[in-house]
Formats: sequence, C-alpha cells, structure tokens
Amino acid sequence: MISRRDFLQVGMAASAVVGASGFGNWARLAAQQALTQDQLLEFDTFGNVSLIHVTDIHAQLKPIYFREPSENIGVGDNRGAVPHVTGAQFRKLYGIADGSPSHYALSSGDFSSLAKGYGRVGGLDRVATVIKAIRADRPDAILLDGGDTWHGSYTCYKTDGQDMVNVMNALSPDAMTFHWEFTLGSDRVTEIVEDLPFAALGQNIFDVEWDEPTELFPPYKMFERGGTRIAVIGQAFPYMPIANPGWMFPEFAFGIRDENMQAMVDEVRAEGAECVVVLSHNGFDVDKKMATVVSGIDVILSGHTHDALPEPVLSGKTIIVPSGSNGKFVSRVDLDIRNGQLMGYRHKLIPVFSDVIEPDAEVAALIDEQRAPYTAELSEVIGKTDSLLYRRGNFNGTWDDLICDALLSERDAEIALSPGVRWGPSLIPGQEITREDIFNVTSMTYGKAYRTEMTGEFLKVVLEDVADNIFNPDPYYQQGGDMVRTGGLGYRIDIAQPQGSRISNMTLLKTGETIDPSRSYVVAGWASVNEGTEGPQIWDVVENHIRKLGTVTTRPSNSVEVIGA
Amino acid sequence: MEMTRRKLLAFGSGTFVLATLSSLPAFATLTDDAIAELTGGADMGEGAITLTAPEIAENGNTVPIAFDAPGAAEVTLFADGNPVPNVATFKFGPLSASRGASTRIRLATTQNVVAIAKMEDGSFQMAKANVKVTIGGCGG
Repeated sequence: MISRRDFLQVGMAASAVVGASGFGNWARLAAQQALTQDQLLEFDTFGNVSLIHVTDIHAQLKPIYFREPSENIGVGDNRGAVPHVTGAQFRKLYGIADGSPSHYALSSGDFSSLAKGYGRVGGLDRVATVIKAIRADRPDAILLDGGDTWHGSYTCYKTDGQDMVNVMNALSPDAMTFHWEFTLGSDRVTEIVEDLPFAALGQNIFDVEWDEPTELFPPYKMFERGGTRIAVIGQAFPYMPIANPGWMFPEFAFGIRDENMQAMVDEVRAEGAECVVVLSHNGFDVDKKMATVVSGIDVILSGHTHDALPEPVLSGKTIIVPSGSNGKFVSRVDLDIRNGQLMGYRHKLIPVFSDVIEPDAEVAALIDEQRAPYTAELSEVIGKTDSLLYRRGNFNGTWDDLICDALLSERDAEIALSPGVRWGPSLIPGQEITREDIFNVTSMTYGKAYRTEMTGEFLKVVLEDVADNIFNPDPYYQQGGDMVRTGGLGYRIDIAQPQGSRISNMTLLKTGETIDPSRSYVVAGWASVNEGTEGPQIWDVVENHIRKLGTVTTRPSNSVEVIGA
Repeated sequence: MEMTRRKLLAFGSGTFVLATLSSLPAFATLTDDAIAELTGGADMGEGAITLTAPEIAENGNTVPIAFDAPGAAEVTLFADGNPVPNVATFKFGPLSASRGASTRIRLATTQNVVAIAKMEDGSFQMAKANVKVTIGGCGG
C-alpha cells in the first residue's frame, strides 16, 4: 500500500525531474477541501475569562504571504525544542498532515505551491472579524497587543505610525507593549502614547537618568473580568538601545529586569490578582527562561521572535503562548480562574486565512482610508519575480540575497551586510513586485545605505558579535533576530563554539580568495544603529536594482556553511 | 564629547579602530590577586549578597550596578576586564539601615562584575554577574 507520505515523496521526485517546485496540483486539491470561517473560529467557550493576543503585526494592514522559517536553530537547553523545529519535523511533532491548512500556516516546505492553493494570510480587517467573533462569545475578552505594531510598511513610515494607531484603536485593545515603536523617536512615541485609549505597559521601561520606572509606561494594569481580578504586566523588548538605535530614544532604558518583574508579580498578587498574565516582547526562549526565574506568572503571551505554535509550551508552572507575526494569527486563550488560582485553560492559535475569513466592513473601510493618499505610490510595479522571495531563517533568505545584490551593484561594493530582522512578508513566483512590497521588507526610520571600508579582521568581529547575539547558549544574552545577511562574503559557522571561535573560512566570493584580516574591503550595508549614517535610502537602492533586472530570479545560496547545530 | 565604544565602531564613518571585542579579558588575574589580598585567601560563601547588573550593557560607558548585602560591613566591587579592576569599596557602620548601594561603572569590554562583601562576623560573601558589551544592531 502506498501511504500519503510515500505519495508525497513520489510527487517530489517526479516534479524535480521536470524542474517544477513542489507538487502543485495536489496542494490545490487539498486546499479546495472546504475550509470555512466557522471551522477556523470554532471554540468551546471555557472558564470565566478570555484573552486575545496579537503581536508583531509590523504594520501589515493588508493580506500578505508569509513563509515560516526552514532553519531556526536552538542552542543550549533549547536545542531541538520548539520553536526550534521546522518543516517536516515540525509537522511530525504536532501530527500535522502534509499539504493541510496547518502545514501551510505553521511550517515551511512546498510553500509556493501551497500559497497558490490557500492564498494570502492576515489583513487587519480579517483580524477584526476574528476579534469580534470572540467578543460575541465573551464580550469582556481582554485584547492584548504584543508590540511591533507601528513599524514595517510604506504607509506606516509616511504617517509616522498614525495609520496603525488609527486602525488598532478601532479594534479597542486593552493593553500593549513595545519594541520597534521606539524607532519612531521618543518625541513621537510619547505623543502617541499620551493619547492612547488603552494601557501602554512595560515593567522594564525605565528612565535612563534616574534608573526608575516611567510614568508614561506603567508596569501593569489590573482587570476585573468574569468575577475575578487579572493582572497584565507588560514586558517591552529588553535590548532596544542595543539592537536598534538608542540615540533615537535616549531618555529610556530597558533590560530584562527579572527582579523587578518578580516584585511586580508579588505586588499584583498582594493587590488581589487571581491570575497573572505577562504581555511580553522578550522572544520565546527568553520568556521560557524568565518563567523559571520569576515565580507566580500564569500565562506569558510571547512576541518578538515571530514563532507560531499550535499549542502553548509549559515552562515551570507558566504556559507560554507565541502568536506568530504579520497579522497571520490570533491567539485565543480561555481561562478558568477560581478560588484564587488558574484551574485550567483552553487555547487556539487561529490562522487568519484571508480568503476564508470575511473582512470586517468597518475596519476594511478604515484601512482603505489610511492608504488612499498613497495608492499610486504603493501600487507602482517595479518588476516581477520568478522565484519565491522570503526572509525568515537563521541565515540568508532570498529577499536578503536580492537586497545584498542590490547593495553590491548599486553601491559598487565587494561585500554587503543586511540586518537579520525577522519581519518582511514573502512574494511567490509569478508575482509583480510593487513599491509597497519593497517597503514591506526594508521600511524603517534608519534605513540609509552606508558605504565604507572594513578590514577582514573587523568583519570577523562583526560576524562573531552578531552570532553570539543569536547563538549564546543562555537565552538572556540572545537579542532575537537572525544572523546578519552577507553578500559577496561566504563563511563557515560552528554554532556550538563560544564567541570569537564560531566564524571561519571567510571567503570573498567574487574571487574565491580567503579574506585577509589586514586588508580593507569596500562594504555596503543598511540599518546602522549609529547616528549620522549617510547614504541613499535602502528602498531606493533596491528599487533601482529591481528596475534594472526587470524580472528577479534567485538561486539557492550556499555561501554560509553551518556546523555544530 | 566623550568618545564611546559605539562611536568608535561607527558604521557610517570612514575608518575603524580595531577593537579586540571578543578576546578574553586580560585583567582577570589582577582581580584574582586583589580579591586574594582583600580576603587573605579565606573561603567565600554565596547567596547573602545580591548583585543586580544588566545582562547586556546598553552603554558600556555607564552601566548601572546595584547590590544588596544585609549584614555586610564592607562591599568591594571589581570589574575584571577593566585595566584597573578595582571599582569602589562601600563601608557600612553598625547604624546603617540598609547595606546596599547603586552606582554606574564603565566597562571596557564584555566581562564579570564581582562584588565581595566582608560580613560583620568577618566572613566573606561573593556575587558575580557577566555583563556583555556588544556592537548590536540586528533586532527582530
């Protein structure tokens, strides 16, 4: 008998022979098995309190494609643990059928083909429909936004985040925490936060001068719901002034501050909280560790590292709920809180299939209103892609390869560096590339493309430093994000080594020569955290490059050799 | 204006001063020597002193450090990667209500901050925190 797995392997081999990617027909057939809105929203209401979690939307108002990573290496105690399991192994772990909606939403593999079958994901008008449906079941559900909301698109950049503020306010969140929001600059963040109709939380947002909590960002908010008291404590991204330009928000200090987190948990318990929820932008592994260091947290709603898992992970006595990114998922967590404690929970990670979930008319109109002044600029077609363009993964993605190529050719450099951020939707083969698409993967308030010289020795220092921010075995030293992307430069990385010993075999790809530590190389890059960086905006560099190419075709990159994983 | 490490590494400017960011602190033995001198080689306990330091410094030039050491008569702070590791000694009299302090120190590179408390009974307690000083620049 031929099993489905065998069938897929046969399909893969056959399609490889004719040069097509994946097994397209089969995916379309699977997708056609009716997926309905009712199915996606189906939930047996449970207990007395509901939490709704969205996070890392990165200003994606409209539906997009988003490929989950095929490479997400775990280190130390998290080696081989979720979310560091990808592709077929991930599906095996959770019993997800190949070609199923969950395969497409949660894992990599055969992405382009499945994307054609299942269509786009996200869109805040669809997210609104999901939220309203949950509120129909539980009118006093608590909606929590994990941050990275006011960053990541053309309209968000042009309006200094106002488009996202307007649309999110229409969803009536109860609280929010922060990361990229601060790259709008402290004046703008302060201006928006002062007028927010909901709580802006961060127990780890401190005044830099006095090293004390700020008034603008209280540590927590207490909610009276379902006959009980629930405290929501905010945890902003701990490494903001290190991973992003600190000079843009010099008044604020961050850090993990788990001793203050413990103090806040104790304080809300003393004030009668029967359930403690942390709305976190720590990143998954940091949350997992924090749950073992700080006692008394019931639920961590986890953001920053963009992971999406079909069920919560238990760390100590805390459940951790990661809810993906880019508007692709909404988490619903129902809690049964009685006699001063959490008695049980029910959870669903709801994938927002844009073609299945009906857009909410009111929010759809509001989104159109935000975009209307920019329609012509947004929709201008710059080129086309024959290949899948994606970013997520620990090392190079095809979008980053294209950006690095643009830097090498447009800035006449030998080596290109591109930041290992995790935001940026995907494009599938055959799609046109619009200006909006380019902004979706490059938009930021410090996007100038520098051109400079670096010695071989300094390049190694840069690679070692960034690698340790990702692969340090202690999660508290990890900043999230992925490895800096390189163009024109190949190297070997041994994940298991300490800082200073991970990177070897650095090669200038153009000539095949080994990088000389004492020679200077012309390097182009973008997203420098230093004040006063000069150069054209990265989106203009990429746009010029794509215009010249006309049609983009990418090849698999093998410039990074990974060992010790 | 002070020249910070961050500015030395300024990606936007033309040249770079090479910093040995990733090498092990060369001054760790100085700290060991200083600690041995302080304690006279006595055994050190752990747990009675709490040292609070950031895991990663936001600015190596001014890193907030705090300690709380109930029952301490004297607490000495060391930064084992600095050319001069001895940072400060805090002395507490019998009438001191709290035996803690907070200050800011400059860290040249990734290193350990070490606090040694001499307790009122003459015994010694130690706490250590590794503080990373990094280039940064790639957030999710």
